[in-house]
Amino acid sequence: MLAWITGLIVLLVKLVVVLVALLLTAAYLVWAERKLLARLQVRLGPNRAGKFGLLQPIADMIKLLTKEDLVPESADRVIFLLAPAVVSVTALLMFAVVPFGTDITLFGRRVPLIISDINVALLLVFAFSSLGVYGVALGGWASNSKFALIGGIRGAAQMISYELPLGLSLVPVVMLARSFSLVDIVNAQNSYPFILVQPLAFAIFVISAMAESKRIPFDLPEAENELGAGFHTEYSGMRFGLFFLGEYVHMQVLGALVAVFFLGGWRGPWLPGPLWLFVKIIAVALVMIWIRGTLPRLRYDQLMAICWKVLVPAALINIILTGFVMLI
Amino acid sequence: MSSDRTKKTKPADHPGTLIAESIKALGSGFATTAKHLLRRPVTEQYPEQKRVLPERSRARIVLTRDPDGRERCVACYLCSAVCPVSCISMQSTGGEGGRRVAAWFRINFSRCIYCGLCEEACPTSAIQLTPDFENCRQDILEMVFEKDDLLVDHGGRDDRYCFYRHAGIATDTAGKGEHVNEQPPVDAKSNLP
Amino acid sequence: MSVYAILFYAIAVFILASTAIAVTRRHLVHAAVFLALSFFGSAMLFYLLGAPLLAMLEVIVYVGAIMVLFLFVIMMVEVKGKDSGVLTRGQQAAAALLGIVYVAAAVMLVRAAAAGGNAALQAAVAEPAVFGEYLFRQHWLSIEIASFLLLIALMGVLHLGRDIRRRQTGKENAS
Ligand code: SF4
Ligand code: SF4
Repeated sequence: MLAWITGLIVLLVKLVVVLVALLLTAAYLVWAERKLLARLQVRLGPNRAGKFGLLQPIADMIKLLTKEDLVPESADRVIFLLAPAVVSVTALLMFAVVPFGTDITLFGRRVPLIISDINVALLLVFAFSSLGVYGVALGGWASNSKFALIGGIRGAAQMISYELPLGLSLVPVVMLARSFSLVDIVNAQNSYPFILVQPLAFAIFVISAMAESKRIPFDLPEAENELGAGFHTEYSGMRFGLFFLGEYVHMQVLGALVAVFFLGGWRGPWLPGPLWLFVKIIAVALVMIWIRGTLPRLRYDQLMAICWKVLVPAALINIILTGFVMLI
Repeated sequence: MSSDRTKKTKPADHPGTLIAESIKALGSGFATTAKHLLRRPVTEQYPEQKRVLPERSRARIVLTRDPDGRERCVACYLCSAVCPVSCISMQSTGGEGGRRVAAWFRINFSRCIYCGLCEEACPTSAIQLTPDFENCRQDILEMVFEKDDLLVDHGGRDDRYCFYRHAGIATDTAGKGEHVNEQPPVDAKSNLP
Repeated sequence: MSVYAILFYAIAVFILASTAIAVTRRHLVHAAVFLALSFFGSAMLFYLLGAPLLAMLEVIVYVGAIMVLFLFVIMMVEVKGKDSGVLTRGQQAAAALLGIVYVAAAVMLVRAAAAGGNAALQAAVAEPAVFGEYLFRQHWLSIEIASFLLLIALMGVLHLGRDIRRRQTGKENAS
């Protein structure tokens, strides 16, 4: 019984630490994105709230929390109110299976630095990322506005299309690691990160991951210059904040996944594991911001063509090649 | 992977060169933005760092005085008539020496669009727009400026111009252009030079 | 009752309730959402019964792909819920018949299980690798048949789609 209770306490502590870290990083990722994007566009970015605008996320949060939470009159109330939660909750839950270090020993107990090591972790990530579609599609539909509906439909189509290359690109990784568990995948990269042997899978994964998180070259669901704000046009206050939070947590999760699948997870010389994972997440996020600052938005047919005519066949060929190499 | 985009425009190209070209194009894009990262931001930090506006930029309106220190405005209503948003109003009255002045003169800056048409219409160069654009109030009624708020004690642009030296003035002793040092007024109805 | 049993019954109630709501909703989007919830419940049940792989596949395929496609179509065509029944009389009869068959089968199964004694739920966990090996060793033929069927369906859809496009362009040329 005592062991059970300490286990629960340890789990709760881990949950709180990870949650706080995720939310804080999300807030400061927004700041970093605005700052870096501004510099890419030869602007200054936020610099009024605190030194270098460091208090800007807090100011934004206060603003979002105190704003009125509008529900359009003709909206489908319950779905409208719940949709933003789906987006942020699924994004947060995906982090439950990401390992962020080796086991450590605390008070004579081995504590694995992961919230839950299940043997189908990779599939769990996909399950939650496919559940995230509901937030986008239903949020867009329930707003009962043309822009939001178009955004929602685009989001649904885009996200289920890109799930396919996302999944297929990871098949070679699973083949190499011989496990769905993210812990095993990280352990399999003991000697070298998988990006060295699977550069194609890496490229496909990053591209489809960016499409999954609806970031700029793929931000058709919220294309601000044609759809207002896309699926979250009608949202205000903290419900909009939840969509926003979901997007930035998703960005971190993708960074973590890229790190786990291709960059060796928390493995790295000199620094402790969690720090390495953090560094890798931030690096991936910064590259995503750089991409956002560089590339224009795709057209809808280009988006679908890239997914179905380029990424999926490339991923399939990559699987066959990997299998072939592994057999001989 | 982005070979797809160029495929439609140049169908004859070899896919290998296409891929190479598009990678080069992508690379140059990323290089450009990366270079921008190192440049100094062009942002001007407005309240701390105010740029000097060009002399002719149009903002808050003033009523100027002629070189003798008298009000230039002769209350001719031309500015009021030309104003597209009708934000100038005034009442003319006779002043000393038979010339007209404005009894009151009012500009509603909450309506003014700073088009500068009033300045162009004014025959006496009285009404002028200045580069002072930091002119806003919490209460909209405070944006209504009366003559006292508008009058300044200098000539603004063209500060040596005096309307009456050109146009003349009729007094008890003599008519227009008949005083000492005065030229006869321009006959607007003749087209002779 | 063990924790597992409590969870089992809670999830079962959840599944039954959401399915019941799903079939009684007039509004198609609501029905689809509740159906998705019920699929999610089944996934949880699978996980509870020691089939995490199946649970995840259920969420990915049924909740994440099929129901989203349903939603997508509903949102695109915006079907208004009809006041009268959606099904014709004949369809209703067929549905009722099938329902009776299902209920009968369920009752028979429960009775058979009861005859064999109350076997406790076993919290076995099927490793994905073990599961895959079992599937591909024992049931390779059915898998091949199923995938062949899917391939045929895919080709059929492709053919139909092409046909429509050709007919449309033909009409344009004629007019
Ligand atoms: S600037 Fe234009 S709008 Fe303003 S008072 Fe003069 S004429 Fe009217
Ligand atoms: S046009 Fe000039 S002189 Fe005439 S009323 Fe206006 S400011 Fe006065």
